[in-house]
Amino acid sequence: MCLGIPGRIVAIVDAAAGLATVDVSGVRRTVDVQCVAEPGGTPDQLVGRWVLVHVGFALSIIDEEEARATLEVLAAIGEAEVEIAAIRASIEPSPAPSVAP
Amino acid sequence: MTSVTDPAASAGSGDPTAPFHDRDTGRRLIGRIAGQLDRLGADADRPVRLMEVCGGHTHAIFRHGLAGVLPAGVEFLHGPGCPVCVLPMGRIDDCIAIAGDPRVIFTTFGDAMRVPGSRKTLLQAKADGADIRMVYSPLDALELARRHPDREVVFFGLGFETTMPATALTVLRAEREGIANFSLFCNHITIVPTIRAVLDSPGMTVDGFIGPGHVSMIIGLRPYRFIAERYRRPLVVAGFEPLDVLQAVSMLLEQIARGAAAVANQYARIVPEDGNPAALEAIAAVFELREFFEWRGLGSIDRSGVRVRERYARFDAERRFAVQGVTVVDPTACQCGEVLKGVLKPWQCKLFGTACTPETPVGALMVSSEGACAAYRQYGGLRGAA
Ligand code: SF4
Repeated sequence: MCLGIPGRIVAIVDAAAGLATVDVSGVRRTVDVQCVAEPGGTPDQLVGRWVLVHVGFALSIIDEEEARATLEVLAAIGEAEVEIAAIRASIEPSPAPSVAP
Repeated sequence: MTSVTDPAASAGSGDPTAPFHDRDTGRRLIGRIAGQLDRLGADADRPVRLMEVCGGHTHAIFRHGLAGVLPAGVEFLHGPGCPVCVLPMGRIDDCIAIAGDPRVIFTTFGDAMRVPGSRKTLLQAKADGADIRMVYSPLDALELARRHPDREVVFFGLGFETTMPATALTVLRAEREGIANFSLFCNHITIVPTIRAVLDSPGMTVDGFIGPGHVSMIIGLRPYRFIAERYRRPLVVAGFEPLDVLQAVSMLLEQIARGAAAVANQYARIVPEDGNPAALEAIAAVFELREFFEWRGLGSIDRSGVRVRERYARFDAERRFAVQGVTVVDPTACQCGEVLKGVLKPWQCKLFGTACTPETPVGALMVSSEGACAAYRQYGGLRGAA
């Protein structure tokens, strides 16, 4: 809940609503990206960026190399699995393609 | 769990992309810390005492056995920064009362499911038939509200400033979309008054603070200045990887050696000086400070919690449901408060490992993996691992 996990923004779901698809070690879900949008920028600029995701919200942009390294460490100590399992089991918010709860 | 270097094996020693978990760097840092402690004349009898405020750091310190690889001249005190650990029993009782309403789908982060209330946990209440569901995100709770317009979906919001933006933005989203059957049971707390309570507590022996990484990502560095200016203690905001923590320790010792007290940032790759403006804006829009808030083990701390502003009253579970807000005193033998303030070590609590175990927790510090007592039970036993 407090640790968060790095993921990569792969698509914008709804620019106006500030929702994007984030890939966390192969698991995808819709994440709120309002807090990492450049003021005055468009959400498209976020595609490809790595972010730190806390409970479904991207709260910080991270450098790509650093993100990968963090994931490796989290994976090595088993920390990532817990977070990824939680994301996998989570409820996909509409309007993204929905997954049965 | 012998050393800080285990995780580096897969990251690859010397890998330029892994500057925060490199094996050699770890060794060098430990060597530097040993030298710093020597120069300070610190040893097992007169250790430098550093408090990690955040439960994430407590977890990292135990998980990687950091205290075990460092010289005895540095001692970690585990602070009150695990939001699950400081939930008072009365609040869990309130959750169970709200969840008892047959219209309600009560949603919570998994972390809170096993925290004891005065009679049962949320997990037990669920087994007894209440509709309580674990969610990953408050957005999932909002989605449940969309899918079940005939039910009342309540989200149990807890955590420091790290999770506050998520719930604030979810309330704003509910308002924008006109979702009327969603509400927030707000139990968010703020970090600064908590650190102040530690600093003001009798028997306070903290020489320096390892500052919370992800809270700071939101609030920035400025809110900590009073710790340096008024209490003359250094604080270094740190990341959660082993080398982050070691580097922060070294940065603190460096300040202590110079007699300096400043706020510094070891975690600049994630933590901006000024925090996250969009997140702070959402927090300010939705929440206001409460006059006081009740903590488990610490009692009531002034202006340490937030509530939903009048403007968003229709999304406030406290206003929509008759929440009693009863205060339940902690069991007298429970010494969570002393442990949270760093005055006692987990194993010095009379209940530790006897009446209070991870299977039958008395205090919340035994529940969360970020709680000092649970971490000590799980990874303890190493010299100095406390
Ligand atoms: S052992 Fe149990 S009761 Fe004692 S401080 Fe730890 S959590 Fe609290």
